[in-house]
Amino acid sequence: MSEYVIIGNGTAAVGCIEGIRSADSESSITVISAEEHHVYSRPLISYYLEGKTDLEKMKYRPEDFYTKNNVKLIYGKAVKCDSKKQFITLADKQKLHYDKLCLCTGSSPFVPPFEGLDKVKNKFSFMTLDDALALEKALDKKAKVLIVGAGLIGLKCAEGIAERVGSITVCDLADRVLSSILDSKCAAVMQKRLEEHGISFLLGDTAVRFEKDKAVMKSGKEVRFDILVLAVGVRAETELARQTDCEVNRGIVIDTSMKTSTDSIYAAGDCAEGYDSSIGANRVLAILPNAYMQGRCAGINMAGGSSVFDDAVPMNSIGFFGLHCATAGSYPEDGEVCEEQVCGGIRRLYIKDGRLYGYMLIGDVNRAGIYTSLVREQTVFNEEDIDKLKKFPTLAIFSYESRRKKLGGVV
Amino acid sequence: MKRVYVNEQWCLGCHLCEYNCAFANSGIDDMVKALKGKDIFPRVHIEDGEDGIHFAVSCRHCKDPMCVKSCIAGAISIEDGVVKIDRDKCVGCLTCVLVCPYGAVAPGPNGAAQKCELCLQNSCGAPACVTGCPNNAIVYEER
Ligand SMILES: Cc1cc2nc3c(=O)[nH]c(=O)nc-3n(C[C@H](O)[C@H](O)[C@H](O)COP(=O)(O)OP(=O)(O)OC[C@H]3O[C@@H](n4cnc5c(N)ncnc54)[C@H](O)[C@@H]3O)c2cc1C
Repeated sequence: MSEYVIIGNGTAAVGCIEGIRSADSESSITVISAEEHHVYSRPLISYYLEGKTDLEKMKYRPEDFYTKNNVKLIYGKAVKCDSKKQFITLADKQKLHYDKLCLCTGSSPFVPPFEGLDKVKNKFSFMTLDDALALEKALDKKAKVLIVGAGLIGLKCAEGIAERVGSITVCDLADRVLSSILDSKCAAVMQKRLEEHGISFLLGDTAVRFEKDKAVMKSGKEVRFDILVLAVGVRAETELARQTDCEVNRGIVIDTSMKTSTDSIYAAGDCAEGYDSSIGANRVLAILPNAYMQGRCAGINMAGGSSVFDDAVPMNSIGFFGLHCATAGSYPEDGEVCEEQVCGGIRRLYIKDGRLYGYMLIGDVNRAGIYTSLVREQTVFNEEDIDKLKKFPTLAIFSYESRRKKLGGVV
Repeated sequence: MKRVYVNEQWCLGCHLCEYNCAFANSGIDDMVKALKGKDIFPRVHIEDGEDGIHFAVSCRHCKDPMCVKSCIAGAISIEDGVVKIDRDKCVGCLTCVLVCPYGAVAPGPNGAAQKCELCLQNSCGAPACVTGCPNNAIVYEER
């Protein structure tokens, strides 16, 4: 019998619990959760404000998840990790021993030290359910909202509240929206859709100073607001790992079995820096599928099984006001870029040495997963097949035999 | 467990399976009312290749499905081997479309994702695509 302890209660933690239980149904699992909620789908907080889901449906796993998996859930914050004696201390001084520990601490919003920010009363982050509920209370049909950050989180927030406030302005130092996943041309298409829904942008410009209800921008412009949302970026939550001799860069460094450099400690999800096969190096991939897969891999290994997760790639599916966008992989500059405009959208593939390295689809994202799997599996094709791929994602590029296995066998 | 399998060499590319699927999942008992003049959203689709090849693709009910692991809403789960989407929980983000290596998940009429659930949830009880296939190019069996 082992004692497993998991810090954090998000997607990575769920993956870890399900991983452990696939190999060990007996030993005790304790989850420490700083958020006092049943595990919920973090990305759904904007859909909640938009009225597309509710608190019940947002539960990432059913109500009886913890009991069914025989998990002890403790609400509280882990403040100390002693990796020599293998103890965790909580803020209320409670001590817990572990045989195997998994850090699933996620990330936290990064707030740059803006001058005068303390004078702003109505300011919010947009990371947690509590953030969303607090923001909801402040919403008002006449409110002017300023969102700092035109990344995924800031824009999802904008979409979520668009119908519930007077006006929304989004600013970002970058010269385009979604700069971490899109180039200027694709970003412009998404920006246009957001603008059609009343959202205004100040790009290549950012707040340098705040007053009570006003931001003074780098360009000298002034933006008045009633509500301020700060969505500049997130940072891996690595505090506990730093107290041990775990190697920490931007995230807690893990190998392809999700082990950190310290014995008996694993890490998974947004807090971890794992192997990204699209660049052949470690990096934080703060996306939900990755959190689940890393968590599960960690769990299986903690329970003595053997699991390897070495084919993670960056990938995103995100939509605004009905316009979808799917991206995955990497975008080599020395390869071929194949672009087509398709019904109000864009299909762009990045091809090099007979391989699909990455893609951006805007509008029609149907069957994008075929592209993603080719990126992930690094499959090499001849020119004829590549030409088929350029038209649309298709399984016709595979040989008859390989298709027979895929569609005629158990996979 | 029984799954839908494809015998590509016998597929004529007639697309009947798509119509039978859309009808079976429409909840309407008249085929004309259900399909005529409407955009249909079948959960099986025929790929027509350039060299005269045709084959049907629907959910493989994978043993370790990418869609289940990737769903941001926790809306996809496995019940007795069958991969199911809780369309009430689904918010239509299409992450499942992003990750399915077979291209077997697609948005349905209201934007929520849908895919083959083996007709177990509708009144057919067995996959309508298989029952209606004139050439045994899709079968429902244990393999
Ligand atoms: C608005 C928004 C939209 C998003 N949309 C998408 C999307 O569309 N697609 C996608 O793939 N990803 C999306 N993401 C990212 C996705 O939510 C994360 O990648 C995922 O939630 C990471 O899961 P995790 O388990 O690693 O961390 P988290 O879900 O952040 O969970 C970590 C938990 O650990 C707790 N914790 C931290 N430290 C301690 C401690 N010391 N003691 C106790 N508890 C602690 C935290 O309070 C938190 O509850 C979105 C994120 C946001 C905020």
